Amino acid sequence: MKDKKIRNGNFNLESITHVAVDKVGVEERVARFQTRSIKNEAKLQGLKMVLSMIDLTTLEGKDTPGKVRQMCYKAQHLHEVHAGLPSVAAVCVYPTMVRTAKNALLNSGINVASVSTAFPSGQAPLEIKIRDTKFAVDEGADEIDMVISRGKFLSGEHAYVFDEIATIKDLCGNARLKVILETGELATLDNVRRASDIAIYAGADFIKTSTGKIQPAATMQVTYTMLMAIKDYFDATGKMIGMKPAGGISTSKLALHNLVMVKEVLGNKWLSNEWFRFGASSLANDVLMQIMKSETGVYQSSDYFSID
Amino acid sequence: MAKNKKEIAESVEWNYSPSLESTAHIHLKKQYDLFIDGKWVKPSSGKYFQTINPANEEVLAEIAYASAEDVDKAVKSARKAYTEVWSVMPASERAKYIFRIARLMQEKARELAVIETLDAGKTIRESRDLDVPLACNHFFYYAGWADKLVYAFPNRTVAPLGVAGQIIPWNFPLLMAAWKIAPALAAGNTVVLKPAETTSLTALKLAEIIEESGLPAGVVNIVTGYGDTGAAIVNHEDIDKIAFTGSTNVGKIIQKAIAGTTKKATLELGGKSANIIFEDAPIDQAVEGIINGIFFNQGHVCCAGSRLYVQESIAAKVIAKLKARMDSLYIGNPLDKNTDIGAINSKEQLETIQKYVKIGLQEGAEMYQPKCKLPEKGFYFPPTLFLDVAQSSVIAQEEIFGPVLTIQTFRTVDEVIQKANNSPFGLAAGVWTDKGSRIFNLTTKLRAGVIWANSYNKFDPTSPFGGYKESGFGREGGVHGLSSYVKLS
Repeated sequence: MKDKKIRNGNFNLESITHVAVDKVGVEERVARFQTRSIKNEAKLQGLKMVLSMIDLTTLEGKDTPGKVRQMCYKAQHLHEVHAGLPSVAAVCVYPTMVRTAKNALLNSGINVASVSTAFPSGQAPLEIKIRDTKFAVDEGADEIDMVISRGKFLSGEHAYVFDEIATIKDLCGNARLKVILETGELATLDNVRRASDIAIYAGADFIKTSTGKIQPAATMQVTYTMLMAIKDYFDATGKMIGMKPAGGISTSKLALHNLVMVKEVLGNKWLSNEWFRFGASSLANDVLMQIMKSETGVYQSSDYFSID
Repeated sequence: MAKNKKEIAESVEWNYSPSLESTAHIHLKKQYDLFIDGKWVKPSSGKYFQTINPANEEVLAEIAYASAEDVDKAVKSARKAYTEVWSVMPASERAKYIFRIARLMQEKARELAVIETLDAGKTIRESRDLDVPLACNHFFYYAGWADKLVYAFPNRTVAPLGVAGQIIPWNFPLLMAAWKIAPALAAGNTVVLKPAETTSLTALKLAEIIEESGLPAGVVNIVTGYGDTGAAIVNHEDIDKIAFTGSTNVGKIIQKAIAGTTKKATLELGGKSANIIFEDAPIDQAVEGIINGIFFNQGHVCCAGSRLYVQESIAAKVIAKLKARMDSLYIGNPLDKNTDIGAINSKEQLETIQKYVKIGLQEGAEMYQPKCKLPEKGFYFPPTLFLDVAQSSVIAQEEIFGPVLTIQTFRTVDEVIQKANNSPFGLAAGVWTDKGSRIFNLTTKLRAGVIWANSYNKFDPTSPFGGYKESGFGREGGVHGLSSYVKLS
């Protein structure tokens, strides 16, 4: 442990002081974000921002190149009847689909993110995780979404988790590393906070809540706890870390509440897709529906929004 | 990276659009009379005074100024209602009326919240989410007790006291009316209530609700006016019980006035409550607790956590986080749903706060206020904290009743217990630590009526509230609150 590379500043594992998190207090704080009233221009601007922050995702055993190509088309053409909409930030796929997605997104400016390290369980030897990551990077992934070893974390082997993240970070090259904590398996906010600190100090460019395979996923309580870890790290080092809630955010309202939270915890600086992402598959259409509603005054049927 | 990224990255200034609660649905009369014996009665003097919106200084309505003669009329009507109707009515019937008042309040919750915000300057978020629902809950809670008093006081005979004179403050106008009226009625008493002169409107709206509920005439009388109206209630011979919430000075005057009489009293007075943060506390939540403790309702809270004690080892961190959090508060129009801190209740109170801040600066304490633009009209004061404060500083000893926090550091548990108790007041305290045993240690040693652990300013109708020492005596809320309105034998 002690001879490991120091990724994000002066770190040794023992020196991460335990930061206590009180669940009741977090719930109360999160409830306050949810009472913010987002109306008119602020709402429209917020919705467009949400679109631009989406990592359009398909992570299924039944994924095929055809399915991925269709999703990539949607990523570039969210809703052609409305001019001036941004495209999403990235598409998120399994490593075997990275090449397909890259080809489909040529010159679009949209990134390809690949999950990695034996996603979603992470239950594989380190060599496999290394090869998994190398493969994705070689295929051209712009972003790597790795999972942490939750079993190791819960059995107290924090150093193992740290080292694994640091090792994967070394392989990423120019690709940005998102570290998935799978908070639904970590059970407590104290654990979420500790895992966030480990991931950040081990070299994460982004920390991400969930794989989408485990419930609960990106609750606002969990995201808030992770944002506070990012804030403390920024206050200590001046370095920005990105945040990606994934799983369970399927409505515009919830997405806007997340933006409110980012704005009020970290500031406007984090309000771009360079620093904040939504991992979601059905969110985009709900946002599009809200944008159309704000212009026309009426809700359109979901049949007017394509479902690639 | 992504093309769209650049477009968005350059335009990230995202601000909330104004989101004003509508006032179109409220009904306010131009002039309010006194509510005596179930009727709206003109004041004998013919005098009225204006009540204004402290957020913009506009006049909202004219309020009747009750004289001693009017108070006498109100007490007579309360006595008649007590003897002839309310004390002889089956308790289950009394409960029905109280339930009905609670339901009618719920139906008019939105209107009550908006009027409370207009009249008191508190934010719509607080009046909508806290004041009004909690006021309704007090009526619901005590309605449930009305026919179960023998279970509240097992093996005792329970009887009402008679006529209660109740004087309430301006910081939680409707909520305080509910705290006072609901237990009194449940126990079988009748009431003469006087709201504070700057915030009479929701009490008068409550009178309209009471009228609509069909409550027998004279059971609740509402007389509006200034201090002399309150004095007339305190000194009236036919009142059995005085319930007062307000300043310690007025509490002392009341105590003197009723000495030697048979009047019972509960006094809920001022406070200078300690909020104590230990080094193992969940710091971010503690910072929220500090903010909520002192800036809730612009600091116009008798149990506000106005003395902050932070363990020295984490003081720098807590203070830095506290300042950053203060910077993120929205101060302005209380009717905007996104406002965190609204208007100071009155010009007088604003001047009091300014006076104390001046004293703090003269005492050499370091002041911090976020850079924020305050509205030009109306009474506003930015959230303020003072560092380097000593136990002997005036600003750490006297109640300011505004958004002003004093910060002191401590080293050991014994030291902070001593310092927290070293105050003429003893209303509330907050303890922030991850260690359960320490919470129990402190709750047994702090001399305060309410102690919150890892939270602050939590209220519930089932939970008693009241103080030690100069913070008063008697408890409101819960079964304890009932006991202040009954004779036991």
